[in-house]
Amino acid sequence: MTPASDPATATSLPIGSDADLAWVRHQVRQFAAELGFGLVQQTKIVTAASELARNTLVHGGGGQARITPLRNGPASGLQLVFIDTGPGIRDVELAMTDGYTTGGGLGLGLSGARRLVDELAIETEPGQGTVVTLVAWVSRASAVRPGSG
Amino acid sequence: MTAPLPVPGTPAVPVLALGNILLVTLQGDLHDGMAEQLQQDITERIAHSAADGLVIDVSGVDIVDSFLGRVIAEIAASARLMAARTVLCGMRPAVAITLVELGLTLPGLETVLDAARALELFAQAPSGAGPDRSEGGT
Repeated sequence: MTPASDPATATSLPIGSDADLAWVRHQVRQFAAELGFGLVQQTKIVTAASELARNTLVHGGGGQARITPLRNGPASGLQLVFIDTGPGIRDVELAMTDGYTTGGGLGLGLSGARRLVDELAIETEPGQGTVVTLVAWVSRASAVRPGSG
Repeated sequence: MTAPLPVPGTPAVPVLALGNILLVTLQGDLHDGMAEQLQQDITERIAHSAADGLVIDVSGVDIVDSFLGRVIAEIAASARLMAARTVLCGMRPAVAITLVELGLTLPGLETVLDAARALELFAQAPSGAGPDRSEGGT
């Protein structure tokens, strides 16, 4: 299953401030709504995006978010990629544990975001930055548009 | 003296006083800096007024992530240390579902469905006594 993600349709947004986080949330919401995600799924995706964008800002020292609509046959989805060139994550498994935090937060960012979307993948090396990729597919039950089959 | 400046162009969240109750209505997308500023504003308002109740209305909020959730929990905790009771109201269904899945259930935070019910609650139980009012039993 290789969903078509055309880089030409990717939208890149900078992440360097509080205001950028708000803009990323806004844009992700817009994409998700246009793709036919229902309200609950939209809320989950935007929340996951907010967690990861904040990680990019706080832990990665800033970076960018890439939003790409996906198509796989009749299915619509959204891919979000968060890229930073910060210190990287030393122990990904530990970072994915509920309650683990280095940033004074609740430690729910990564582990919580994973529960809110269909796929979450992390590529990181200490000193080499971090790339987190999220994918969510419109679930038929919550689709806004009636599926034409 | 050196309060952190809010992000330029983002208005602070208004805190309304209704008798002994402070009403805070969160709207739209709250920037992180604004949320932290709000925590400071509210605790100062409680300290300088006789407020013993705090209502946080989140009916206008699209998403609550772990950061905003933590700020709300910390506002409630600091209000409690200053003898004010906090009630959260108006959470949207999609936000509630998302928060549970995120793992942020905000235990210990009192909730009601809407602002009217929050004010009723305070009308029934004045003086910030909280749900436990057994000591005054006649």
